[in-house]
Amino acid sequence: MILIICATFAVFGVVLGFSAVYFKVQGNPIVDKIEAILPQTQCGQCSYPGCRPYAEAIASGEADINQCPPGGQDGINALADLLGLEAKPLNDEFGAVKPKSVAVIIEEDCIGCTKCIQACPVDAILGSAKMMHTVIANECTGCELCVAPCPVDCIVMEPIEQTISTWQWPEPERKYA
Amino acid sequence: MLNLARFHGGLHLPNNKELSNQAPLRQASIPKKLVYPLMQRPGVTVDPKVQVGERVLRGQVIAHSDHPLATPVHAASSGVIEAIEERLIPHPSGMADVCIVIATDGLDESLVTQGVADFSSQDPASIRTAIKNAGIVGLGGAAFPTAIKLNPGPQRKLDTLLLNGAECEPYITCDDCLMQNQPESVLVGAQILLHSLHIERCIVAIEDHMKRAYARLTQAVAALNDPRIIIVQVPAIYPTGGEKQLIKVVTGKETPSGGIPADIGVLCVNVGTASAVYDAVCKGKPLTERVITVTGRGVKEPQNRYVRIGTPISELIEQCGGYTEHVERLIMGGPMMGFALPDDEIAVVKATNCILAGTAADINIGKQAMPCIRCGDCAKACPVDLLPQQLYWHSRAGNLDKCKEFSLFDCIECGCCEVVCPSHIPLVQYYRSAKSKVIAKAKEAEKAAVAKRRHDMHLERKAKEQAEKAERARLKKEALAKVKQANAEKEGVTQ
Repeated sequence: MILIICATFAVFGVVLGFSAVYFKVQGNPIVDKIEAILPQTQCGQCSYPGCRPYAEAIASGEADINQCPPGGQDGINALADLLGLEAKPLNDEFGAVKPKSVAVIIEEDCIGCTKCIQACPVDAILGSAKMMHTVIANECTGCELCVAPCPVDCIVMEPIEQTISTWQWPEPERKYA
Repeated sequence: MLNLARFHGGLHLPNNKELSNQAPLRQASIPKKLVYPLMQRPGVTVDPKVQVGERVLRGQVIAHSDHPLATPVHAASSGVIEAIEERLIPHPSGMADVCIVIATDGLDESLVTQGVADFSSQDPASIRTAIKNAGIVGLGGAAFPTAIKLNPGPQRKLDTLLLNGAECEPYITCDDCLMQNQPESVLVGAQILLHSLHIERCIVAIEDHMKRAYARLTQAVAALNDPRIIIVQVPAIYPTGGEKQLIKVVTGKETPSGGIPADIGVLCVNVGTASAVYDAVCKGKPLTERVITVTGRGVKEPQNRYVRIGTPISELIEQCGGYTEHVERLIMGGPMMGFALPDDEIAVVKATNCILAGTAADINIGKQAMPCIRCGDCAKACPVDLLPQQLYWHSRAGNLDKCKEFSLFDCIECGCCEVVCPSHIPLVQYYRSAKSKVIAKAKEAEKAAVAKRRHDMHLERKAKEQAEKAERARLKKEALAKVKQANAEKEGVTQ
């Protein structure tokens, strides 16, 4: 009897040992899920250097879920849903929700210093030393990180205007129902 | 005779078709201006191929693009390109977009074109090319490029061509009128489609009140002596003219959710499209005009006309006697699925089947919405067998995942639920709004994924640069150390 029990233990021990090695989950899955909700602006307004580090900080309990202005209230709600926490309003210490914008370089003022190119987290600025730079508008996340380094203040943030292709059906007025 | 099936729900609506289907089909006169929007579908914009000041002839391509879903735009009369600028376009947003404007010269000179006398000698690919070059899109309202529809891929085996003449929406009679006046071109169009698809069965479905169209079509089929074509009368229940609903009625088969009719072997084409195919293949004429119903109690002489695509609605209304004093609202499309227009300078497009100048008697204006009483009438009326009430709660709460779970994207926005709702809740608008939110969210997620990839690559590049820099520094240090050592040794030797 004792032998059988010992043998069973041994078998389970081996199975568990193997599964620990073979089915090991790479990285922290909750971090990936949190990161998927974050807007990937990479703006650093949350005080972390990018969306991934902020996701890691949320997962470890170091940061709160309301530090991401570009994600807005929808983002906070989604994070609260995922983590089983109470949703809360955006902490305005980290900035306010702004309309989505893109960076635009006033090209005649650009002196070609490449500082904005180095600051861009998604390599969306094109140019080289002493040559005029320009923003690839499609790739720009609107993080504003290029604005401060510019020594001649030639980068402005322009809100993205609604066009026919981005137009959305409005919700009906809710006065009565 | 076929055994007809039924689809779930649907409504018997007062059809108001006698307003416009009594008058004879007439040719509309050449308008002073022709306006062509460059945006064809969301994300598909064609490029102008003409310059301001250039003279164009009827049938000349004025805009095109390489996008697979784009179709060429042809001038509908001769004249001079007056401007390429932003104008209001027929779109539910009521926004403006870039349009080509032609000032017509009244000469109506046309490019010389030639069709093929015997289409049966043509291979399917060249018929499709002819259809594409003629700029033909589905004239039922969705305006999907017909040439693409005709090529559903080798994995889908087609057996039936369904010609949709079941014009179910109230007020609209343009297909009825076309079938009465030109049954031959519709049927020869069907023969061309049968030939290009290699199938042997065509069903022309019309509603049971279209007696004259039925008689004319039956006569024409007898004259053509083509046993492949059958005319079927289907009961007039709104929305029988919906593609998936009509397929269910005629074949008994259900199109899978998220699928297309070709998945179940059916290709459904509007009768107007078939007629346009005939014009394109046999006469070599591109799509520059179509039958449009101008109706409603807000216009003096409701009727159907052959209208040049690009004609401003104001000119069309003028040709139909002008507005009556009770006109309240201008709608493109029918009262159920159409949308209101902010201005009558907007021009008709290929998808325009009806211009409804509505009075208070024609359309429901501003009924107050009351809270939902959970009566469930909407679910009984839904032709797609959805749960409109659940969709309403979830779209109202912005619960988009739940909306998708309840098959929001299967909703055809027919408006049956809204008509039966005793609380007059604007249900369809809730669904449309939820749909656009889902689409916008998907686009954002796509953009975020791209941003993440670029950021990861940026970090990788930075790390690599740093490593290279460190490596260079190390090598330099080593070289320096070597030189120093060598110098030291040299010094040692000399001393």
